[in-house]
Amino acid sequence: MEEVKLMKGNEAFAEAVIRSGCDGYFGYPITPQSEVMEYLMKEDPELKRTGMVVLQAESEVSAINMVYGGAGCGKRVMTSSSSPGMSLKQEGISYIAGAELPCLILNVARGGPGLGTIQPSQADYFQSVKGGGHGDYRMIVLAPASVQEMADFVSLGFDLAFKYRIATLILSDGVIGQLMEKVILPEERPRWTEAEIIKNTPWATTGKTPDRERNIITSLDLDPAKQEQHVYKLEAKYNEIEKNEVRYEEIKCDDAEYVVVAYGSAARICQKVVDLARAEGIKLGVFRPITLFPFPKKQIRALGQRVKGMMSVEYSLGQMVEDVQLAVGGALEVQFYGRVGGMIPTPEEVLEAVKSKLIKK
Amino acid sequence: MSIVKPENLVYTKTKLMTDKTLSYCPGCGHGVVHRMIMEVVDQMNIQDKTIGIAPVGCAVLAYDFMNVDMQQAAHGRAPALGTAIKRLQPDKYVFTYQGDGDLAAIGTAETIHCCNRGEDIVMIFINNAIYGMTGGQMAPTTLANMPSSTSPYGRDVARMGYPLKITEMVAPLAGVYNCSRHSVHTPVAVRRLKRAIQKGFEAQAAKKGITFIEVVSNCNSGWKKTPNDANKWMEENLFPVYPIGDIKVDGNMVEK
Repeated sequence: MEEVKLMKGNEAFAEAVIRSGCDGYFGYPITPQSEVMEYLMKEDPELKRTGMVVLQAESEVSAINMVYGGAGCGKRVMTSSSSPGMSLKQEGISYIAGAELPCLILNVARGGPGLGTIQPSQADYFQSVKGGGHGDYRMIVLAPASVQEMADFVSLGFDLAFKYRIATLILSDGVIGQLMEKVILPEERPRWTEAEIIKNTPWATTGKTPDRERNIITSLDLDPAKQEQHVYKLEAKYNEIEKNEVRYEEIKCDDAEYVVVAYGSAARICQKVVDLARAEGIKLGVFRPITLFPFPKKQIRALGQRVKGMMSVEYSLGQMVEDVQLAVGGALEVQFYGRVGGMIPTPEEVLEAVKSKLIKK
Repeated sequence: MSIVKPENLVYTKTKLMTDKTLSYCPGCGHGVVHRMIMEVVDQMNIQDKTIGIAPVGCAVLAYDFMNVDMQQAAHGRAPALGTAIKRLQPDKYVFTYQGDGDLAAIGTAETIHCCNRGEDIVMIFINNAIYGMTGGQMAPTTLANMPSSTSPYGRDVARMGYPLKITEMVAPLAGVYNCSRHSVHTPVAVRRLKRAIQKGFEAQAAKKGITFIEVVSNCNSGWKKTPNDANKWMEENLFPVYPIGDIKVDGNMVEK
């Protein structure tokens, strides 16, 4: 039977984590995502539900390294944070990428730079999709636009992480994290047994048995020729992900003459803009990338060849717009509209930008 | 005539050490400490239950030499890895292996909080008062007036801070069950270390909390001394600041 609830994005996420067969959560409090760990601690799944470990670490640095350790054991582990905390996690994320460890990370983004503000922001796009840590690496980045997707992306994120031995980042924002709306909770999946872990993750440090060589989790190779081969192997994996895992949503793009590109909660606002625009006879559509890496390049390129104008709408000074322009190529000059510092644009404001920047051009 | 006969063979290569040639400098204590850990694992028959964590530093390749499952941590983060590994696989034996820069500088927070939570793991701390791998820079444990490549005129404590006795800092924490300081420059000292490691592995099986083991070791290359001179210098200069002995035994601080 469907379980429908009215929940905050952060809480729906946390409930979905328990139901996903997750083995361990390691976090550190930061607004606006603290409800994730608060919910998990209140539910106390270690003693009362699935046996999942929930631990409050001494820092985000420690939390992401706990994720590294747990993931290295073949366990389903995760952490969550918000922008300033995500900066601290970048070192660990780079090591996780190098050692090819599967895990799930949630960023309920807030305004920066620095301590910035606790209000919503999308200014962590570059950090998320270009690699905020050192070295050539990628994460799969999912951008939820509803409380439902906050819940649904947990199991999807874990599945993708284990399919490719990669970190999946859910790039949410303060709007989606704090928003309360209806959510259909996912079915409960059992945690893997020890035997399943050994079968599914034969590379993990589960204890060296006589039937195999010792397993080593490391990102180090002092021989540059070998390290180069390792990075090429990572590249091949990222290419495979770009081929197979692009996800997006088109809203009234079929007959659109103009398209706004937006992700996460900004796409929700833009959906309202489409209604307002169409009421005035402007044929506007929204293209919503759901995966920010892999980025829906082909789909945006095709749209760019068809429509009269395209504009990226973000809570930033313009970050995703660079990828949209790269995808479109020379077909169009992609416009941009955004608010920063925790400010959220109203649909009317965006409609005004559509008229002044897109149509009058 | 063969001198070595099976019946008088009293010393063999440690079974759980791999055949890989050690990357350490001649005379360095790391190899001995590796061996003692592997001898304990072998004698307790827990190879299939042991997970080690290698640091950043000279021992970064420790996983090349010890034949157990291992993870290599970011600089200073081994206790965070150890925490998760043990929490998620509570039936396993977990040890971290860290140097002074790793454990007492960049990883100070991870060290203290892991100890404070009383994770059921063994922490091995090699203190040679210098950053060996990066070429002899000043460590948190570098002695006052001791020269290093980043304190070429000697550690000026007024400007560079004092030698950090992190072992004495963590010992009183409630999560720490055993805490002791050792060396590996004499056979007696090596045997004493091995007993401490074994006691630590037994303590984690009994879920007693942290066993924190410091090994004051030499760094011939970093100190620019021959192995013999380095050991002598260690006894004369390091031991007075970092005295060998038990600090906490079975949860009780040792009265001095």
